[in-house]
Amino acid sequence: MAKKTVTIDPVTRIEGHGKITFQLDEQGRVTRARFHVTDFRGFEKFCEHRPFWEMPDITSRICGICPVSHMLASAKAGDAILGVHVPPAAHKLRRLIHWAQLVQSHALSFFHLSAPDLLLGMESDPQERNILGLVAKYPGVAKDGIRLRQVGQEIIRVLGGKSVHPSWAVPGGVQSPLKPEKVDSLQALVPEALEIVDRTLDLYREKIEAFSTDLEHYGDFPSLYMGLVTPDGGLEHYDGVLRVMDAGGKILEKGARPETYRNIFSEEVESWSYLKFPYYKSLGPEKGLYRVGPLARLNVCDRAGTPRADRALEEFGRWKKDGRPVSGSFHMHEARLIEILFSLEKIAETLSDPHITDTHVRSHAGVNGRAGVGVIEAPRGTLFHDYLVDEGGLVQEVNLVVASGHNNLAMNRTILQIAQAFGNGTEITEGFLNRMEHGIRIYDPCLSCSTHVVGRHGLKMEFLGPSGDLLRSFELL
Amino acid sequence: MALVTLTIDNRKVSAEEGQNLLQVIREQGIDMPTLCHLDGLSERGGCRLCVVEEEGSSKLLASCVTAVRENMRVTTGSDRLFRYRRMLVELLFAERNHVCSVCVMNRRCELQSLALRFGVDHLRYDPLYPRLSTDVSHEKYALDHNRCVLCARCVRVCDEVEGVHTLDMMGRGVSCRVIADLNQPWATSRTCTNCGKCVQVCPTGAMYIKETFSAHGEKRPDLPKRIRDGREKHTWGG
Repeated sequence: MAKKTVTIDPVTRIEGHGKITFQLDEQGRVTRARFHVTDFRGFEKFCEHRPFWEMPDITSRICGICPVSHMLASAKAGDAILGVHVPPAAHKLRRLIHWAQLVQSHALSFFHLSAPDLLLGMESDPQERNILGLVAKYPGVAKDGIRLRQVGQEIIRVLGGKSVHPSWAVPGGVQSPLKPEKVDSLQALVPEALEIVDRTLDLYREKIEAFSTDLEHYGDFPSLYMGLVTPDGGLEHYDGVLRVMDAGGKILEKGARPETYRNIFSEEVESWSYLKFPYYKSLGPEKGLYRVGPLARLNVCDRAGTPRADRALEEFGRWKKDGRPVSGSFHMHEARLIEILFSLEKIAETLSDPHITDTHVRSHAGVNGRAGVGVIEAPRGTLFHDYLVDEGGLVQEVNLVVASGHNNLAMNRTILQIAQAFGNGTEITEGFLNRMEHGIRIYDPCLSCSTHVVGRHGLKMEFLGPSGDLLRSFELL
Repeated sequence: MALVTLTIDNRKVSAEEGQNLLQVIREQGIDMPTLCHLDGLSERGGCRLCVVEEEGSSKLLASCVTAVRENMRVTTGSDRLFRYRRMLVELLFAERNHVCSVCVMNRRCELQSLALRFGVDHLRYDPLYPRLSTDVSHEKYALDHNRCVLCARCVRVCDEVEGVHTLDMMGRGVSCRVIADLNQPWATSRTCTNCGKCVQVCPTGAMYIKETFSAHGEKRPDLPKRIRDGREKHTWGG
């Protein structure tokens, strides 16, 4: 048997477009797997020469799922350029909208994109293995997912004026305060959402038993983990310090200031993907592989800091092996649910703050610094916006390090692991292809700006011979 | 003052001699689209959106710069005029970089309103995508050439109402730009009084108050007329 390359293009039920290729040797064993990101966006280039105060609006268009994260990271970079103290109420409101986004984004990943695999089965009929199939067989779960997402979107809408691409956070604060009459209606959304997460966690813990033999193949490998934590080590999504932990749980970076990120990791560029490959600088590209996102955040923090999430986090600890951090990427699903729980608790707590409706929500200043770094824990992981501006505030250089980029090496490692575990070298089954895709889906990568194209493209697979010639090709929906 | 009689859309109309056609058309309650015209400023005839057909002539007339004449018969709305107006709006969009979603004047922009009015949901012309600068040197205001449609309202209000003529135009055709003084950064202008009237009359997001965020811009295009009425007629309408 000749060497072959198998291509899955595009990978479906993720945000954006990507493809997978893997190379088989003469015996049909997988020797190499690559996740290619085929989108090219060019934001870093066309943002040049725009005023920095436009950046939250422009960069939030990077993504239709997590526009709030880009808006906030950009506004924080703008805060640094202004060199002002953001009013406390503005910080609280920014946190509030960000937790709302974690709720809706994680709900989308879990219920809409991954639950069809988890509940209907990896090898179930692909025609039904989608959100509509979920509605047919598990209407309660589908309804819960839609409702949970709605709760997050509603909070974003009330605060930011609209649920997708709100134009609200600005350098120096936010544009408008929270109206006192809105507080109760937002607070009323939380109890139902908490109930949804509780029963979903129960369902997930029950269903995951069916995957017990699969778990070790879905990106279960030692790696580093990176995420923000509060200065005292709590779970953090909006501010705080950077922590890097190794596979054994040893903390390599205890509390790095986020603006020093260039000292912590470097990026490599490969010709076969538009996504860059960051790695932990001190250990080099091979050993410096790290993961970010829900799993990494739960690994690097000492505690969540809210009662329900802390209990769920303790239970999450059952996946630790020999006291090491949880290493299986499959557990990102559970980590997302825990983060939704945490976000809802924090939303309720923040809305109870009597100062949340303070009307002083924006500080004004001119350009007081030429460089600004904004960092935030986006749903998919640590997000950096790094701007250099001229004396008038026109952007000269932009560096955006997005969460899906941080996980690039890990995603590639994961699909290799899945291919080696489930590929038999002779037959490519639909179920096998879906497992490969699920390997990407667990990271919930956000490759472009929307899920509006879900269902428009099928899954394309190509067999390439050793010289790159196409041997076989077929497309699935 | 002598009166003239003309026909507008098959209606007999009386007008004062010397009035321009646009004034008379609007007095008749006809909704004539304009962009460069602004009450209180001299007419420019630049945007050509107010074109009308005159019986006996194949040429379209810009009504803002056409004086009424005895017995003229004009049509203000026809399929042909609609097509031309739509084409003009498309060409304005194609000439520079109008990204409405992130523009300060999104949802309040006169160019955007015209696009909606004429159903411009795509361009039939390849956009030029020129690489244009934004002058953010002024302490309060920004001038983004990407969004400028060269209506020259800013130039006229600066000259005719504020009386300082800081702003003017330089270059021709696609190279044409609004400039301050001798084409220098706005902040270095020694004639600018920082009054901001240029910003208030700009129909798009080309001139705006700095640190205004998308869809949050507000303009006061009524200012030139109000100021003139106050100055010349001593009437101070709200």
